[in-house]
Amino acid sequence: MVTNTLHPETWVDQYADYLFNYAVSRVSDAEIAKDLVQDTFIAGLKSAKNFKGDAAERTWLIAILKRKVIDHYRKINSNKGKAEVRMNYSSQTDAEGDWLEEKVADPYSLLENDTLENEELGIAIQDCITKLPKKQALVFTMKTIQGISTEDICNELNINPSNLWVMIHRSRTALMECLNKNWFNV
Amino acid sequence: MNSCEKVAIICNKAQYHEATLLEKLQLKFHVLMCKRCSKYTKKNTKLSSLCDKANLRALSKADKMNMKESLKKTT
Repeated sequence: MVTNTLHPETWVDQYADYLFNYAVSRVSDAEIAKDLVQDTFIAGLKSAKNFKGDAAERTWLIAILKRKVIDHYRKINSNKGKAEVRMNYSSQTDAEGDWLEEKVADPYSLLENDTLENEELGIAIQDCITKLPKKQALVFTMKTIQGISTEDICNELNINPSNLWVMIHRSRTALMECLNKNWFNV
Repeated sequence: MNSCEKVAIICNKAQYHEATLLEKLQLKFHVLMCKRCSKYTKKNTKLSSLCDKANLRALSKADKMNMKESLKKTT
């Protein structure tokens, strides 16, 4: 088996967005997510000597991030009471009916799954983006996710528009293939 | 560039609403008679809708610079 090595200097460019999306889906707050990603990188750097090389760099970083997310929830729930699950009963004392049954999820509603599924989809797409060549990934992210105009991207990266569209074309084709494998046939 | 490759580029532009009217007509016309491009267009549109739905986020350049800085400090 190939042993993997760490390249901390490329971490931010390669994995920051991927880790960030993962973190946002877990803590649903962009600021906290950003801090968690930052903590992950620093923790990774500090324990780099413990890296055995069995896992890919990204897998290893995600594992650290998962711990950081758990730590985050531990911290905000440090008071025992906050961890309790509370149910609000109807405040109307004269309300009749089966309150317990009203709390049960509607078996015919599929809406609850949508958010979950979309979060997973986001991670799947981000996962495919990290597999693209660096430059293509950068152009695709700028164009699609950040929504920067063609002109600005061309100026910033010093390329001409037809160059940009070819790169977009390649990255989109690769993404379609990757998603076909990883998203539609799981 | 043959016409299919040209159409593919137009199709990509259309995904970002940057195709001109003439280009869009060209695309529509070509897709009518070319099976491969019609399939590609369908898949491409699907990709766009998936990206929309997934609510993707990315860190800004400034944020990344900050991260790099603080990483440098720890080493």
